[in-house]
This record gives sequence, structure tokens and C-alpha cells, in this order.
Amino acid sequence: MTQPAATEPKIPLWEVFIRARNGLSHKHVGSLHAPDATLALQAARDLYTRRGEGISIWVVPSSAITASDPAEKGMMFEPTASKIYRHPTFYEIPDEVGHM
Amino acid sequence: MTSIRVTETPLVTTVLRRADDALVLGHRLSEWCGHAPMMEEEMALANMGLDLIGQARALYTCAGEAEAAGHDEDAFAYLRDERAYRNLLLVEQPNGDFAKTMVRQLLYAAFADPYWRAMMASRDATLAAIAAKAEKEMAYHLRHSAEWVVRLGDGTQESHERTARALAQLWPFTGELFETDDVERAMIDAGIAVDPATLRDTWRQTVSDVLSRATLKMPEDAYMQKGGRSGRHSEHLGHLLTELQYMQRTVPGATW
Repeated sequence: MTQPAATEPKIPLWEVFIRARNGLSHKHVGSLHAPDATLALQAARDLYTRRGEGISIWVVPSSAITASDPAEKGMMFEPTASKIYRHPTFYEIPDEVGHM
Repeated sequence: MTSIRVTETPLVTTVLRRADDALVLGHRLSEWCGHAPMMEEEMALANMGLDLIGQARALYTCAGEAEAAGHDEDAFAYLRDERAYRNLLLVEQPNGDFAKTMVRQLLYAAFADPYWRAMMASRDATLAAIAAKAEKEMAYHLRHSAEWVVRLGDGTQESHERTARALAQLWPFTGELFETDDVERAMIDAGIAVDPATLRDTWRQTVSDVLSRATLKMPEDAYMQKGGRSGRHSEHLGHLLTELQYMQRTVPGATW
């Protein structure tokens, strides 16, 4: 693996979360490089909200994220596949309730 | 294509000056496309350039309506010679390095933000509406350029020296920001335009706060360059317009 040149600045990576409108939660939209939190927020505004995508931005250092190991996906996620009773599809919904 | 002749009333001139500031600075920022130091900044510079070009379009349309000679935004942008441009010398100065571009943006935005905020009270409803949009854009340009000037000034020895050099090179062009002449005086007295001279203290305070955070010294006011408002430009504007106007001058009326 090639090492970055000594003069290349080590600029941290940030994850960007945008909330599209009130009542919705912040959604991960991508990542960017910025030297610090203030500039990360500005870069997020410039990169990810150019077309009116949001009203609130979070930036989080990528290094602060603990991720699941793809090699463990069998143990982590497959056991749920057989538990269809966890989906709320077995209830009779009275007509008066209407659309839920 | 031959150049247009603009009939300059006080209102037309006042509006054209602001439109030309916005177009020329917007074009300068667009020159960074493909050359910015990092992708994030590439987008930021293009965004700011587009804000300014948007302001220019609205202002040219406003000037065209005031002149009532059938000139649209394209005619003003593409079919006027250097001497007919009324922009500040500051905004036509070359990009230089990233530090110089950010210092230039700071010096302009620290003026334009309060200028447009004050213009929101203009008696001209169109100008007041343009001002309300421009003020928010310039507030962000000020924030963005200030944050960079602080980091470059208070960064490495190299970035500090480059930022200090940019500041020294651009300072002589800041006196023109506050110039008022008889043409604009009529518009100021009529409540249509704002007297730029009244914004000098606000501008100095903003710039001085940023420079002190950036560990940079505020330059002394010495000889100040001027002439842009009456069409006497530095050697750089002609080159900029050659590129900006090339297509319309070569293939008149071309559209795509």
C-alpha cells in the first residue's frame, strides 16, 4: 500500500446526517473531509443541501462510529429471518380505524 | 457583436455597480472549478460563485427595467466593454492562491452583508426583495471566508505568510467600498440606495475581529486605489471579460 506524501494534510473524515423536515429523523447522506467540526458543518451544507434537501445537519467524526463486522452478519442478522411473527401482520384491524 | 450603449440614469448606474460587483466576483470564483485544494472547497467556491451570479442576474434585470431600452441581463453581461463596467477594483483582482481568494471574499462579504441588510429597507420594492435574498447569501460567504482566514492565518508559518501577503496586496482596494459620488447621492437621498460610507465602522469591526482571531495585523490605511465605479479598471478586468464574453462576441446571439 502506498503511503500518502508527507506534505499531504491529514484531514479527518466526517459522516453527515440531514433532517429533511420537522418530524423526520436525521438520515445518513454521505461523508466528507474537513479539518474540524465547524468546517465540516459548512462543507456538509455546501455538499449535501444544495437542492433544498434539509433544515438541520449533524456531522459526526467517522472515527466515533463503531460498526458491525461484515464477517459476523450470519450471527448478527440471519436469526431474524425466520421470525415472521415479529411483523405486525397478524392483527385484524377494525374498519373504523381506517388507514394505519 | 457590437457593444450596447447604456443610458445611465442615477438609478441605472447605482444598480449596475452592484450587479457588476456580483458578476465579476462570481466569475472569479467560477475560475476555481477543477482547481480547488479539496473537493469540499471546490463545491463551496462554486456555490458562492452561483450565489453571486444569481444576484447579478436579478440586478441586471432590474437595471434593464429602469433603463427601459430593451437591454436584458445577457446584454449587460456580454455586450459591454471594460470601461462600461462599474464594479469595484477589489472584485476583479486575480484569485491568486486559496488564501488570497478567501481574503478577497472576506473583505467583500464583510461589506456586502451589511449593505444588503440595509438595502432591505430600500424604497424600491425590487431592490428590497433582491437585498433580502442577497443578505442571507452574503452572511454565509462572510462566515465561510472568515473561518478559513482564521485557520490560514493561525495555521502554519506558510499559510500565515500567504494570508498576510494577500491582505497586504488587497488592502489598497478596500477604500473604494465606501466611496459615494453625486450619482449615488441622489439615490441615497431618495431612500432608494444606502450610503456605503455609513457601513465603514461595521466593516472595520468585522474585519478586525476576524484578523485578530487569525493572528494577523490589520493593515494601516495608506494610499487607496479607486476608479472602478467610473469604469477605470486595473489591467485584470479586460482579461476576465475576454474570457467571459468570448462566445457572444464570436457567435453573436448563440444559445444552447
